[in-house]
Amino acid sequence: MNFNALWQYANPKKFIETTDRVLPAISVLAGLCMVAGLIWGFFFTPEDYRQGSTVKIIYLHVPSALMAINIWLMMLVTSLVWIVRRHHVSALAARAAAPIGMVMTVIALVTGAIWGQPMWGTWWAWDPRLTSFLILFLFYLGYIALWSAIENDDTAADLTAILCLVGSVFALLSRYAVNFWNQGLHQGASLSLDREENVADVFWYPLVVTMAGFVLFFVALVILRTQTEIRARRMRALLARERMG
Amino acid sequence: MMPDLGKYAEAVLSSYAVSLLLLVVLTVASVRRARRVRKELQDIEGKMRKDG
Repeated sequence: MNFNALWQYANPKKFIETTDRVLPAISVLAGLCMVAGLIWGFFFTPEDYRQGSTVKIIYLHVPSALMAINIWLMMLVTSLVWIVRRHHVSALAARAAAPIGMVMTVIALVTGAIWGQPMWGTWWAWDPRLTSFLILFLFYLGYIALWSAIENDDTAADLTAILCLVGSVFALLSRYAVNFWNQGLHQGASLSLDREENVADVFWYPLVVTMAGFVLFFVALVILRTQTEIRARRMRALLARERMG
Repeated sequence: MMPDLGKYAEAVLSSYAVSLLLLVVLTVASVRRARRVRKELQDIEGKMRKDG
C-alpha cells in the first residue's frame, strides 16, 4: 500500500471533492447502525441480574466514553501531522473534531453519573477514571477556547497542537486509569479481547453495533465539520485579501 | 412495546433523553453552520469574480 498517496488529501480542494462523494454513504450507515444498535439494546435485551434495567445505559455510556478518548487521540495524530508537515487540513480536522469529542465526554460523564446514583449510591466520586475523564473534558473546553481566542489560524494551530500533546496524557490516563490503580468505584473495561472478560453476548452484540454507529457518526460529522473549517478559512483569507487590496 | 424498566425507569430514560438530545443538537448545529459557511463563501467568491 502506498501511504504517500494519502498526502494528496492534504490539498483542501481534493479533500472536499473526495469526502463529498463518500459523506452521504457514511452518514446513512452511521444512522442505521446507531438506530439499530440503540433499538436492539433498549427494547430487545434482558435486564442484568445485578444492575437491573440500568444495564441499558451501557449502549450510550461505553460508545461515548470510547469516542471521547479516541477522538482526542485522533486530534493528537492530526496535530502531529500539522507540526511536522504543516498541512492545514490536518490542523482544521483536529479543530473540527474537538466539539464532537467534548459532547462525547459530556455524554459519558452524565450517563455514568445517572447510572452511578442507583448502583454506587452516589452521582460522583473522585475515582481515578472519573477524575481523569473530568480533566479530559476540561482539556476539550480549553482546546476549543484556545482556537477561538487566537485570530491567526497558524498560531492557533501551533498552540492548540501543543495543548493536544499535553492533554494526550489524560486521554491515555482515562483509558488505563482502572488498570493503573486498583482502587476507586469504576469497574474494569466492559470490552476486552479476552472473550472471558467481555460482557455477556446478549449485551455484547448490540453494543458492537452501537459502537460502530458512534464511530461512523464521528467520521461523518468530522468530515462535514472539516469541510466547513476549510471553507471558513478560505473565507477569512479572501476577506483579508479584499481589505488589503 | 415499551420494556418494563422497573424502579430504574427514570435513570434509564433520562440517560437516553440527555444523550440523544446532545447528539441531535451537535448534528443540527454542525449541518446549519456547514450550510451557512458554504453560502457565505459562494457569495464572497461570486462578488470577487464580479469585481474582477
